[in-house]
Amino acid sequence: MRTSYKMASIKHKNTKRIEGLDKNVWVAFTSVAADPSIVNLGQGYPDIPPPSYVKEGLAQAAMVDRLNQYTRGFGHPTLVKALSKVYGKVYDRQLDPFKEILVTVGGYGSLFSTMQALVEEGDEVIIIEPFFDCYVPMVKMAGGKPVLIPLRLKSSSAASSVSSADWVLDQEELASKFNSKTKAIIINTPNNPIGKIFSRSELQAIADLCIKHDTLCISDEVYEWLVYKGHEHVKIATLPGMWDRTITIGSAGKTFSVTGWKLGWSIGPEHLIKHLQTVMQNSLYTCPTPLQEAVGQGLLRDFELMGKPDCYFTSLALELEGKRDRMAAMLRQTGMTPVVPEGGYFMIADVTALNQDLSHMGDDEPYDYKFVKWMIKEKKLASIPVTAFVGEDSVKQFEKYIRLCFIKQESTLDAAEAILKSWNKD
Amino acid sequence: MWRRAAVYGPWLSIRLVNAGFHEKQGNMSRKLHARRIEGIDKNIWVELTQLAADYKAVNLGQGFPDFSPPSFVQEAFCKALNEGFSMHQYTRAFGHPNLVKILAKFFSRIVGREIDPMEDILVSVGAYQALFCTFQALIDEGDEVIIVEPFFDYLFALSKQLKGCGPVLSSADWVLSPEELASKFSPRTKAIVINTPNNPLGKVYKRKELQMIAELCIKHDVICISDEVYEWLTYDGTKHVKIASLPGMWERTVTIGSAGKTFSATGWKVGWAMGSEHILKHLKTVHQNSVYHCATAAQEAVAVGFQREYDVFGTEESYFHQLPIHLHEKRLRLADCLKSVGLKPILPQGGYFMIADISNLNVDLTDPSTKDEPYDYRFVKWLIKEKGLATIPVSAFYSPEHRNEFQKYIRFCFVKEDSTLQAAEDILRQWSDGKLKKF
Repeated sequence: MRTSYKMASIKHKNTKRIEGLDKNVWVAFTSVAADPSIVNLGQGYPDIPPPSYVKEGLAQAAMVDRLNQYTRGFGHPTLVKALSKVYGKVYDRQLDPFKEILVTVGGYGSLFSTMQALVEEGDEVIIIEPFFDCYVPMVKMAGGKPVLIPLRLKSSSAASSVSSADWVLDQEELASKFNSKTKAIIINTPNNPIGKIFSRSELQAIADLCIKHDTLCISDEVYEWLVYKGHEHVKIATLPGMWDRTITIGSAGKTFSVTGWKLGWSIGPEHLIKHLQTVMQNSLYTCPTPLQEAVGQGLLRDFELMGKPDCYFTSLALELEGKRDRMAAMLRQTGMTPVVPEGGYFMIADVTALNQDLSHMGDDEPYDYKFVKWMIKEKKLASIPVTAFVGEDSVKQFEKYIRLCFIKQESTLDAAEAILKSWNKD
Repeated sequence: MWRRAAVYGPWLSIRLVNAGFHEKQGNMSRKLHARRIEGIDKNIWVELTQLAADYKAVNLGQGFPDFSPPSFVQEAFCKALNEGFSMHQYTRAFGHPNLVKILAKFFSRIVGREIDPMEDILVSVGAYQALFCTFQALIDEGDEVIIVEPFFDYLFALSKQLKGCGPVLSSADWVLSPEELASKFSPRTKAIVINTPNNPLGKVYKRKELQMIAELCIKHDVICISDEVYEWLTYDGTKHVKIASLPGMWERTVTIGSAGKTFSATGWKVGWAMGSEHILKHLKTVHQNSVYHCATAAQEAVAVGFQREYDVFGTEESYFHQLPIHLHEKRLRLADCLKSVGLKPILPQGGYFMIADISNLNVDLTDPSTKDEPYDYRFVKWLIKEKGLATIPVSAFYSPEHRNEFQKYIRFCFVKEDSTLQAAEDILRQWSDGKLKKF
């Protein structure tokens, strides 16, 4: 042993760029998923199987030698070509599969590549609350400053029947958040957790500000196919002046109910995508080949069926609409006030009317964190506290809400219903 | 060497950025990209893979097998797909439980200590992402990182991104000079990166060499990042030694491994970082803020593969035993072929690659598009375009400062089907015969 040997050296501490980014809400709540006695409507993944042709596509791909080796770094040709076909139709424009598309490790990987490529110290990034929780740490890790603005419940909405459409941005407040340091605004539509689908006019208002202040728009549209009757998903990148300044993010996991495949994509103009590609080639280089082949084949199959009821993009939304309505009814019956989502697979519910006294749980956490923990323990039902998705200043506004995921089998929903029905009987 | 004054924050590029720089991009007039990605947009793999594809070249360039993974691992993958819904949904973010448990069991036996599957292992999207997490987690602006040349070029890009790159070494006789190495350590040295078996050289560090590096790491309190993706591929009885198993090293080493190289399935992109919890936890923070999860089914299949190898370890049946034997012959065959056409190969002790000295060849490289590039780059491009054979220029594995001294080697990957090696041989012989006929 040499003389200056030290065990836990000061040199072994974390770098500045990840300071304070180690904690997150999932760490606190995912261990719950392992307990089979708990009905888990918390973390957002389906417990329904993916479509069989997608699974079969993967099995077939794995048997081809070449498809078990490295493929093109920015995206496997079969996949990027399929994406350019599907989205070319949706955007109504020619998409260059090699220059305007990047395949990443999930929508998460696209968000990361975008932040690392385009955000740095001195940049401000506007984030709308409630937001998918990774947006803030990713902006911080890139050296940027998150600037938050909450969605607010319109006072005109009826107490008994609230829709995600009733949650809106205050236009003056939004305009006040933009300044010369604003590099980008992140929007998520359909939104997680509220399920709001930004209307064309709402997107236009955001677009006008982006153009006026010359900012980028990062549009997280992973739930783009999960749109319920009477609503339309609009891509902000299709509004005038927006293609050149927008990165749109999509997800195979959410599209085909295969969150464990971790494949996503960024679509945008070459002059932006090329920077994301640089990050990709310097972080993980390429995504798994057989998975990309299978997603590509799945997309080609559904491309042919687009607009028809047996296209998975349509049939999944139809299936989920029933579950959505069922869940909303269950929650109302218990006395909670659900916010019926226009899209996505989450629903938030206001638990105020239950008047649940949680003072015995101390006061170092927001109400929803305490409620969620209490509900797991006392009712064996798991959900996620909505203040996990907001900044400190908005906690009071959101602490009476919990988030539930309804992309679950009927048997899971049956079990949830049984718990909710017997709620007041204890 | 390539340190510049810190100006703009934790991420810097090597060249100073002009403050008033604006790009006109579409209808956006502001500067768009972050400084951290400047200077790392060019990438030799992207360029040469495209060229090889364009010219339909016989590809001994990029390092991947053109034969299939072993059937037991392919079958495991297909089986995983048909198991319950959970195989297609998110698994544990830091590594699928079945995989981290078997990795811990397997490597505990080799390293000689109890490795905690939940605390001491992080599963990543290939070893590439493990390297990324390691650098992001541990290297700050101003830190020096010692990298031994020739090195896997990604390490250079990583250091460049982080502006942590310190002095590097070169070694003409493919050994490290203890004095030269010792002189590179300073109070700012945060880490040293070693790669054994080495890409592109194929060198396998001896225990004594690793001991020397270990002593310096301990003396200067430096972290060792040990890229061991080719750990099972050693030839001629050479033994791979894990620096983490040397006294005083577990606490300061991050060891990187790869399922892609282990099971000849590079396209699965499953890798890992292994080390003491107090260091690994920082890698986990980067991981949870960048990709968060890795694909579930691929991890399950790799777990099954490792369980099988655990059970047959050291026996003839083991894939880790059979693959190097299989490759041993291909390696010799390629070396003989290269010698016979006037190239001077350096026979590797381990890994996927062989480098060869091309200085005897005297080829007339008149392609104007490659005029300003190093000789080996020009030669490689000429070889792709004129002869339909793809290789990699070795100067890509050196720092800019030393590139000029190492322009006469090209790298071949011999982990290929016999038919591919045959095709390459035919090209080389034809070329060699053609040259002889001229005289």
